[in-house]
Amino acid sequence: MSSDAIVIEKLGKQYTIGTATIGDATLGESITSWVAGPWRRFRQLAGRGEGRTTFWALKDVSFRVGVGEVIGIVGPNGAGKSTLLKVLSRITPPTEGYVDLTGRVSSLLEVGTGFHPELTGRENVFLNGAILGMFRAEIVRKFDAIVAFAELERFIDTPVKHYSSGMYVRLAFSVAAHLEPEILIIDEVLSVGDLHFRNRCLGRMQDLRDEGRTVLFVSHDLTSVRQLCTRALLLNSGHIVADGTPGDITRQYERMYQEGVENTTGAADRRHPPSDYHIRRVELRNAAGEVRGQFDAGEVMEIHLWASGPAPENSFTAEFKLFNEDDQIVSFGSANPVRSTYYRAEHQHFVCRLGPLPLTEGRYALSFTVRVWNKERWDYWDRAIGFSIDRCDLFNTGHGVANDHNGDFVIQQEWLVGD
Amino acid sequence: MAYPLRRTLRLEAPGSWQMLNLAELWAYRELLFFFVWRDVKVRYKQTVLGAAWAVIQPLMTTFVFTILFGRFGGMSKQVEGPYALHVFVGMLPWTFFSNAVASAANSLVGSSHLISKVYFPRILIPIAAIAAGLVDFAISFVVLLLMMAWYGVAPTPAILALPLYLLGTIVCAAGAGVLFAALIVTYRDVRYVMPFVMQLWLFATPVLYTLDIIPAKWRALYALNPMAGTIAGFRASVLGSPFPTGVILISSVAALVMFATGVRYFVQVERRFADVI
Repeated sequence: MSSDAIVIEKLGKQYTIGTATIGDATLGESITSWVAGPWRRFRQLAGRGEGRTTFWALKDVSFRVGVGEVIGIVGPNGAGKSTLLKVLSRITPPTEGYVDLTGRVSSLLEVGTGFHPELTGRENVFLNGAILGMFRAEIVRKFDAIVAFAELERFIDTPVKHYSSGMYVRLAFSVAAHLEPEILIIDEVLSVGDLHFRNRCLGRMQDLRDEGRTVLFVSHDLTSVRQLCTRALLLNSGHIVADGTPGDITRQYERMYQEGVENTTGAADRRHPPSDYHIRRVELRNAAGEVRGQFDAGEVMEIHLWASGPAPENSFTAEFKLFNEDDQIVSFGSANPVRSTYYRAEHQHFVCRLGPLPLTEGRYALSFTVRVWNKERWDYWDRAIGFSIDRCDLFNTGHGVANDHNGDFVIQQEWLVGD
Repeated sequence: MAYPLRRTLRLEAPGSWQMLNLAELWAYRELLFFFVWRDVKVRYKQTVLGAAWAVIQPLMTTFVFTILFGRFGGMSKQVEGPYALHVFVGMLPWTFFSNAVASAANSLVGSSHLISKVYFPRILIPIAAIAAGLVDFAISFVVLLLMMAWYGVAPTPAILALPLYLLGTIVCAAGAGVLFAALIVTYRDVRYVMPFVMQLWLFATPVLYTLDIIPAKWRALYALNPMAGTIAGFRASVLGSPFPTGVILISSVAALVMFATGVRYFVQVERRFADVI
């Protein structure tokens, strides 16, 4: 009899992503593809067919959570946090590996799941409670407490479509707060609502912890991870990169985004460690020379790379690849041949002045390579450092442009009236 | 999300053969009740005429078909008793069936928000949509009783068989509804095919006519339509006419096969829903 509430073993989740369509060259080909299209599409929808691309949102994730532990999971967007929660909540099945859950599980990926605007507060409490896994008798018993906690006694028989967003969230949270699970799986629900609401959420989480319940908690809010959790995990690119005390893990995560990253383990953990020459440290600085993890669009960024070890050859290049949150490559740069700068064996500190940055708001990551152009890499440091673009308003309109819907960069543009 | 499961629950890649987990469905019976209750409540809250729609729809179609086929088409001569009553008795289970299939079919896509945020057996959603239609059925059944009183048709002991044929209609609606619901999640085109299928299905079912117009040698084939025997049996139990036993038997088997196929396909693909919806 183990005292583990959650056992996760070699968990992997693979997704299929849309297939790239290739442009048709001739009319004949267009007609062929028009005719064959529905069939190809059918095979794609059915999850078969060639040419589909897959990616692993989670790969080889293994860890155990003891009863009463409060685990915080941090990591950049696209690291696999949401996928992990969805697998643990049984919303989506894993592709490989398994999860063992022992105890009554509640998962809370958002507050107010299933709320219907036409129904009254009272009706929604029952509906939402049932959806969250409460029995009717349990809801009846807790009903007064739920309403009192939400401070909505006067409006409980009003349809929730007439509620303010604050009232709505209060009622929704109040239902969730009255769950009594042995294991609680909770997404970033704390980030909604005002400060008062967040404090109450935190208070409720503290109660759960003190009652000895097991909590798995995903958050970007490092302060609450440090306050609440007994242990933390850092997830990146679908893998668990670190497992330790909340203090250590949140510091490590912050370092990924806010200051230079030092590669302490040498080239051993690199994907391409063919030589003794490797990139040791990376820093991002703003125009004023300050080390930074956040930039605004239009700013100039300086990438500083320090390498060590004997360089195998002269006249080599340093390169970067820029990735967006979805792990798609956005851009590429190289000392040569893009710019005809050649580094020599005695050089160990390389600077790339990049910008003005045309990037939209969001998080980005940089990977680095050193090599002689077109030859085998001496070192490749995948996702060495991340940064965020906090503000993108290149045309001073007062409206930011984010990369979730509007692409990753903004191109200079003028809008005129044609003749 | 799970109802109390003290023992260890293992989550792993779905095997190639999925079974309907009846124990789990039983554990979630209260949620099914809440889904039905929500569907019924919301339906009548958002409409002006509320429950009246349950009556207007079959009454209007009955009226139109009575004029069209009964009067102009001369079909009323082939039917014993008032043609309007004959059509309405068929229209009643048919309206329930076609509305239930349509709402079940669209129910999953309409609940995509729930499906991507919380776990429960997905089959509860289309089943609840079908169950909610029973309220409409009950209301229009009262209208049927009024109509029978108006035409002076008294129920015979055959009416005791009625629940059986109502059950048959539910089984048919569940089979088709669940199958369409699962198909629509992956293939949205099915949405556009459905009204057309239902239209054809209506004409392949003895709602407007009686089984007598089908030549005897084709009747066994005709009975492969699960709704054929169900509607014929429904009408026989209300109007006290003789039961077409052969057709009913074949249709019942067809209905069970359709139900099993629908549920089977549904449980096979349900774990994929959150990824494709």
